Amino acid sequence: MDYDLSKPQKMLQQSVREFCQRQCPLEKVREIMETETAHDPELWQGIADQGWIGLHLSEDHGGLGLGLVDLAVVAEELGRGCLPGPFLSTTWAATLLSKCGNENLASKYLPELCEGSKIATVACFEEEAGWAAEEYTTVKVTDSGEGVQLSGSKQLVGDAGVADLMIIAARGEMGLTLVLVETSADGVSIVATPGIDATRKLYEVKLDNVTGVVLATGAQARQALIESQQVGNVAVCAELVGSMQWMLETTVEYAKTRKQFDQIIGAFQAVQHKCADMLLDTESSRSAALYAAWALTEGTDDADRAVSIAKLFCADAAQRVGGNSIQAHGGIGFTWEHDLHLFYKRNKSNEFLFGDATFHREHVAQIAIGAA
Amino acid sequence: MDLNLTPDEQSFRDELRAWLKVNVPEEYDVQRGGEDSTEYWQYLRDWQKKLFDGGWAGVSWPKEFGGRGATPIQQSIFLQETIAAGAPEHLGVIGEGLVGPTIIVAGTEEQKAKYLPRILSGEDVWCQGFSEPNAGSDVAALGTKAVRDGDDWVVNGQKIWTSFAQGADLCLLLVRTDFEVPKHKGITALLVDMKSPGITRKPLRQMSGDSGFNELFFSDVRVPVADQLGPTNQGWKICITALMNERTNLGSSMFTFFDQAIDGLLEHARTRKRNGKLLSECPLKRQKIGQAVADLEVYRLNIARALSRLQRDSTPGPEGSMLKIYWSEMYQRLAQASMEILGDVSQLKEFDGGDWVYRYLRSKGSTIEGGTSEIQRCILAERVLGLPKSY
Repeated sequence: MDYDLSKPQKMLQQSVREFCQRQCPLEKVREIMETETAHDPELWQGIADQGWIGLHLSEDHGGLGLGLVDLAVVAEELGRGCLPGPFLSTTWAATLLSKCGNENLASKYLPELCEGSKIATVACFEEEAGWAAEEYTTVKVTDSGEGVQLSGSKQLVGDAGVADLMIIAARGEMGLTLVLVETSADGVSIVATPGIDATRKLYEVKLDNVTGVVLATGAQARQALIESQQVGNVAVCAELVGSMQWMLETTVEYAKTRKQFDQIIGAFQAVQHKCADMLLDTESSRSAALYAAWALTEGTDDADRAVSIAKLFCADAAQRVGGNSIQAHGGIGFTWEHDLHLFYKRNKSNEFLFGDATFHREHVAQIAIGAA
Repeated sequence: MDLNLTPDEQSFRDELRAWLKVNVPEEYDVQRGGEDSTEYWQYLRDWQKKLFDGGWAGVSWPKEFGGRGATPIQQSIFLQETIAAGAPEHLGVIGEGLVGPTIIVAGTEEQKAKYLPRILSGEDVWCQGFSEPNAGSDVAALGTKAVRDGDDWVVNGQKIWTSFAQGADLCLLLVRTDFEVPKHKGITALLVDMKSPGITRKPLRQMSGDSGFNELFFSDVRVPVADQLGPTNQGWKICITALMNERTNLGSSMFTFFDQAIDGLLEHARTRKRNGKLLSECPLKRQKIGQAVADLEVYRLNIARALSRLQRDSTPGPEGSMLKIYWSEMYQRLAQASMEILGDVSQLKEFDGGDWVYRYLRSKGSTIEGGTSEIQRCILAERVLGLPKSY
């Protein structure tokens, strides 16, 4: 049994960390988040050139054929740098596209997504539906013989403003139907809905008789969607871990230099114990996130449970770590000037993405109680 | 990263499982006498002897001292499997987990030959005399005094919270041998025969009702200098070695204990009704169940990660403090949540034999024993995060 990252994974970790520091330090993050879309094409191309988009996809589809632990390594570092832009959205969409069993469309679009020439996202969330695949109803599919037509609206769609492609979770005669549409198609309207995290923009997407291509339907669609959300959650958990790591290090550094009562505040136990709690939460989250990534890659029997446990634990831990970090900083931690709020806000948005802690606790309970 | 057991780890587990299947004795019948009775101790000693004869005593000890030379991961497998198989509690836990490894590091050849085999065979049960009424978290402030008289140390003072002392044969005792130097530098470790004249044992009843801990009183107890462990006034270093071992050991054996508690909880949730509905149908109880399961799983993963690191770096580090904080605080949350899920009847002693009441009360001691949560957090702040010493 070996819980440690492999040598190549450690090298990957190092190169993503250096890339973020060099290409997108926090001053740059702030510049990008002030733009309309929080997307910097040059930065995006840089990430793509490193091969990190779709690195877990097969080489036939333009990926690197790596596993989800490698994806987690990349996502943790991107989280530590609070990197803005459509990495998660595109990773999710590309994963979903690869799991739909539509080889023609996969070979057509995945290489473009991996090389950075196209951006994609997935639209699930609706006014009355959350993250469970059974619930999507408002977008209706009708089949006219030449492709399908979609009407309805979706909320909280990440990076729709810069996406070229969008996969819509819709409902048709065959039940759940995943449909690929081009955002430039007639009848698509995209409205920005600013949220707590300015480094990653959310949109409402309205579809009025939009023509798209069916990727999968029914049970196959459901399975693909769930699996893609699991992969998405692995990336989100890793991002949360990276963000917690940044908060921990930043807080400890501050506690070593900030003086009050002629003492550095890190000498006070009230502050020390907050830092120790942050360490415990960060490391426990890392154990859970890495295990979920490994279990999902290996396809172990408990992979689904492992992902839910990682998500609920990381989401709650990130709240505690963020709270401790701001509190230990005192007034400066509450300012716009300090970078803490960038991470604090990103974490809140990530908490919700692919199901919040309450959602996943219920899922874990379901598995535990169901297993007689 | 590969979390599958290696072939070596797998065959270790399979061999152990097969052995346990044949050798674990019937559960002790409390009608024969309570947990402090001679019968119960004999039952536990018999089990230790069985482990020894089967080659399963001292699994983590080096082979040259009669152990099995097991890796940290194999050691953890051993702890989990024995509990899962319903094996009796391990009477030798202090001797095997704490005293033996310390003697291996700090003892003379004579001491190794005299004590180590008897620890493994179960002939000697050890206790550990560190804490005192006025030296709890600040163990180095201990005041039990030893004065040299010819070839003996003469010991006077009091120890408290000594597990297993009610029937122990020997005690790893920390005493003050120099009052003139800073407190850490005047402590000496002694290996004390508990039959020595002048030792009085008094059980200490806990809020949970049982008395696994004791008070020990020393009045002019003579300990031969030959039974001193390590150099005079170097006892603190020896104490640290022992405590590091304690913190890594305590954790792995707890997993199965909690796992079985959650299994029991789930069984009730699936079958018991309140207000006409199964407990498992209540959304709030389901949230608590999901949280308990997740907490325990993350604990399992934290242990696995710590073991994997220990296997690489070979000496237990301050990360053991993380596991200690995690499991002891989780134990309290689990005990609390369980009673909330089970409801009013869980306060009755006849309900599951009082197990839930016991866990609820006993867990309050867990964040205190073996280093309080506060001390553990200070250790993490200083030794992992590099913040200054605060006490």
